[in-house]
Amino acid sequence: MSLRRRDFLKLTAAGPVAFAAAATLPTSAHASPAPDNAFDDAYGVLVDTTFCIGCRKCEWGCNEANDVPRRARTEFDDKSVTTVHRRPDATAYTVVNQIAAPPETPQPVYAKVQCMHCNHPACASACIVGALRKQPEGPVTYDAWKCIGCRYCMVACPFQIPGYEYAKALQPRVMKCGFCAERIIKEGRKPACVENCPNEALTFGRRRELRSLAHQKAVASPGRYLDHLYGETEVGGTSWLYLTGVDFARADLPPLGSRPVPELTEKIQHGVFKNFVPPLALFGLLGLVMASQHSGENGGK
Amino acid sequence: MSEHAVPMRSPYFTRGTLAVLAVAVVGISVYLGRMTFGLQTFTNLNDQWPWGIWIALDVATGIALAAGGFTSAALVHIFGRERYHSLVRPALVTAMLGYTFAVIGLLADLGRWYNVWHPILPSMWQGNSVLFEVGMCVMIYSGVLYIEFVPIVVERFKGRVDLPGVLRALNRPIEGLLRLAEATLSRFISVFIIAGVTLSCLHQSSLGTLMVIAPTKMSALWFTPVMPALFLMSAIAVGFPMIIFESLISSRSFRMAPEMNLLSRVGRIATFTLGFYAVAKVVDLTIREAWPLAFAGGSQAIMFWVEMIVGILVPLAMFASPRVRSNPRGLFVAATLTVAGVAINRLNVFLVAYRPPFSDRSYFPTFYEMLLTAGLIATLVLIYRAIVMIFPVIAAPHGTADDRSAAENDRRAA
Repeated sequence: MSLRRRDFLKLTAAGPVAFAAAATLPTSAHASPAPDNAFDDAYGVLVDTTFCIGCRKCEWGCNEANDVPRRARTEFDDKSVTTVHRRPDATAYTVVNQIAAPPETPQPVYAKVQCMHCNHPACASACIVGALRKQPEGPVTYDAWKCIGCRYCMVACPFQIPGYEYAKALQPRVMKCGFCAERIIKEGRKPACVENCPNEALTFGRRRELRSLAHQKAVASPGRYLDHLYGETEVGGTSWLYLTGVDFARADLPPLGSRPVPELTEKIQHGVFKNFVPPLALFGLLGLVMASQHSGENGGK
Repeated sequence: MSEHAVPMRSPYFTRGTLAVLAVAVVGISVYLGRMTFGLQTFTNLNDQWPWGIWIALDVATGIALAAGGFTSAALVHIFGRERYHSLVRPALVTAMLGYTFAVIGLLADLGRWYNVWHPILPSMWQGNSVLFEVGMCVMIYSGVLYIEFVPIVVERFKGRVDLPGVLRALNRPIEGLLRLAEATLSRFISVFIIAGVTLSCLHQSSLGTLMVIAPTKMSALWFTPVMPALFLMSAIAVGFPMIIFESLISSRSFRMAPEMNLLSRVGRIATFTLGFYAVAKVVDLTIREAWPLAFAGGSQAIMFWVEMIVGILVPLAMFASPRVRSNPRGLFVAATLTVAGVAINRLNVFLVAYRPPFSDRSYFPTFYEMLLTAGLIATLVLIYRAIVMIFPVIAAPHGTADDRSAAENDRRAA
């Protein structure tokens, strides 16, 4: 049972009425900003599923570019695996699935799945040591050296993206697409998957330009796309954006509201710890009670 | 004080202790296996289900059940209810061991357990992370618990340090250290006690904030923005029943008359703390209009009712009855159900309520996961038994086995 946006808002509105304890949930300047088009000048990718032919060349490029178990080039020629629902995992940062086929649609429809690189990533908010970070350039990156392996990021991710190297007794890593951060930031190149895409299903660029490109496409080809650019507002916006002609849920893009996922926990945390006033106030209050009890005792004797 | 804490005297190994030892040995073997071969070999954890019973039971429930430490300290030391004094030390030892074993259990779950100290480094501080706060609070509070235990060590060994052989040279320095610790702590112990209660309120509630980060993955039967308040209330509610639970087991194990006079009163307090929690839960579900889910069937609805009825309403009704409270067996059942209820709640919040959006299987722990959890509990029980036999933790009322054996010794000496 998942929460829809309306329920979620109802919760956040109704909850505080329930308990005085909820007085510790004030809005805070530290909490995530409201959904906006932050990171609009950062990098992003527009995925146009209507141009995807399911060739798996993005998977191959990803496999070559990243520190995952190397696979033979020929393995990626097997297109039959796309008809089985696959998810990214510790061995593949991205996978392509067939999400619709004739007779429902004239042509088979494919969608690539990978980390969405949220503007307000829940994984990074959850991470106990800051191993996961939203870079100003757009990518959400992972620093294995810091990681303690608690897997709270996996609990937090609304897209269920991070995989884990459970088989390793030593140095297991959280495994997810890093948007080829080194490559795009330092080398000025496109991500490996985008570079390998033969059919312009993937467009790399500034998020702002990608948004307007998406809207131009929708206007230019009426009926081709659903009237929704997925990732524009979802969970406060994502660096990766999706256009599709069929239900997004089938492309492993769950229906999500526009509030950043970690907004509530950050509000609670920063409310409870606002300048350390609430904990110190509790400490002082308990101290006063203790002192009054003891003085009462002495007075009584 | 009419009752004074003394080391328990009894043979350490009984048939029961040996059975517990067997469970501990098996569990520790699994623990070592997990550390050698990794998580995949021993657990059913996967990308869909990143957390299992080692988090829900060993860590989350373990810390909740250690709450007796701060509730009893608050009751006696802060609110001045001196009559409950004899409950503080057993609860303190339980909390000290509970937190220690929660951390040991956590290490088994962490992929890079050897990095567990990373959150201490300022360069890795992450103030947005609920887990960071929980980790820091648990770490500092564990230290506070050990400090609060020091006076018990001083009481046991001050003036009696008598190491044999070559170690004899250390007798005087250790003696001096004990006196120094006593002198220092007698001045600052109240600071540690208040800090302990404050830290407990913080992290007991923050454990409830953990799953608030996954609103879209959680069933509305449990997901609520006031989950931190509910976790704190349930920790307070389970604190006293846990004390009753242990006290009754201890008095049976060491053949003492149960302290019914005191425990009945504690049961009365539990009526209020548990009642308050029950009302809060019902009000929360009502305001959020989540009740239809409770009647929707399925495993989540079943687990919800098990938690509500078996873990909250039945023990609440039992604690509310003076007749049940004055009966050791009734009191024991009520306390056990409350303890089980909080364990079920933590299982529900961390595992049952959690539904990954893309899932082709459900999570059920492997036999190894269960053996490791059982083994940690067994090891904790064994260490607890050793501590209460070495240190003055449990108050012995008159006419106990301890007094009898002391009298016997006197007779023999005469």
